[in-house]
Amino acid sequence: MLQSIKILFIKEFKLELRRKSVISGLGLYLLSLIFICYLTFSLRQSSISEATWSALFWLVILFSVINSVAKSFIGENKGISIYYYSIASPQAIIVSKILYNTVLCFVLSLAGYLLFELFIDNPIQDQTIFLTTLFLTSIGFASSLSLISGISSKANNSNILMAVLSFPLLISILLMAIRITKNVLDGLDPSVSYDELFNLVAINCILSGLAYLLFPYIWRS
Amino acid sequence: MKTWLKVVAVILLFYVHLAGMLGDVPRLHILNETIRALYFHVPMWFGMCALFLVSVYHSVIYLRNPTVDTDRKAVEYANVGLVFGILGMLTGMLWANYAWGSPWHGDPKQNGAAIALLVYMAYFVLRGSLENQEQKARLSAVYNIFAFAAMIPLIFIIPRMTSSMHPGSGGNPGFNMYDLDNRMRLIFYPAVIAWILVGVWIASQRIRYRKIQDQLSDLEYEKSI
Repeated sequence: MLQSIKILFIKEFKLELRRKSVISGLGLYLLSLIFICYLTFSLRQSSISEATWSALFWLVILFSVINSVAKSFIGENKGISIYYYSIASPQAIIVSKILYNTVLCFVLSLAGYLLFELFIDNPIQDQTIFLTTLFLTSIGFASSLSLISGISSKANNSNILMAVLSFPLLISILLMAIRITKNVLDGLDPSVSYDELFNLVAINCILSGLAYLLFPYIWRS
Repeated sequence: MKTWLKVVAVILLFYVHLAGMLGDVPRLHILNETIRALYFHVPMWFGMCALFLVSVYHSVIYLRNPTVDTDRKAVEYANVGLVFGILGMLTGMLWANYAWGSPWHGDPKQNGAAIALLVYMAYFVLRGSLENQEQKARLSAVYNIFAFAAMIPLIFIIPRMTSSMHPGSGGNPGFNMYDLDNRMRLIFYPAVIAWILVGVWIASQRIRYRKIQDQLSDLEYEKSI
């Protein structure tokens, strides 16, 4: 089990690195989103308030993450997926996908954070708490979106379905993240945010556990 | 559903409407007469939660032992639950118009409820966009369970963490404020029971209706070949 998870995980990386167009597409998507934010708010002349900063930041992260994780099952070739399923257990597949998507989401959030600093501003005062938040939200996003991607890949209009199904589920994670961001922006003591961080961990446990339990049923078709 | 339960539901609803409109209510600041919304608005949410819970239960059963019957139950309970949720939202907005000054106030509880409704609307979109009956039933069961679990923090945890103007905020939403008044409890609890019974009643009717429809289409199909 652990062995096959490891192999599948490495395989995802190799595939991703081989298809450079996908990765550069995602990077460009993120860059254009942030650049559009920069242009539409005409940030050369004016600056935005901290609340707007956090709203913009999380919206950009949300959209790029949904687009990047969506391809984990939707883009997959039918024949190839049948091949994977014949050589590995569904549990191994979903765990490796969640792990890989967590890394992907975390890298995307970090890149988004850097670009935000470059183009817009960086009002974050407590880096450790904020980076922890980014990491925890990545786990939550990855586990719920991997499962939703598996569901919507079976339907015809999968891209619309992906967004419709995942938005309401991600709101609780986003609300927690925005609350921590607000604490961090106000420069509050780290201990204030511990409650929310624990909540994020709990939500992650629920979502990833359920994804692990429910995925075999999606796979059966 | 047993006939005596239906009779109980109807009698209780008559009682709730009469007592709820005519009975004496405590005079509270700002709320005044609008406190009667408790009898009609809050039971909708109880009904919605109960129906969604039943729907999730049937989804779990479906995944363990797939039959067309359990899928029908899961869908119809979710369907009636959604109607209860929409009614709860509308009655809440009606009340908020008087108590808060505007129907939509961006209150954490209002937002949470709206998101819960979005989740179940997404559930029906998912069902609509899958062609294969068996696949439709299985995938929507998975989504039903997953979405219900993801909604728990939204409805039961986050509203308890934020300050809100909704009555009964801080602690157990919807109760603290009225707990002291026994007269209201005498009407409120029967209302909750009656509305849950009515919800189950409607759902069971719809399940039977769907069953007959399915059987009819099967017959027609057989006739055509």
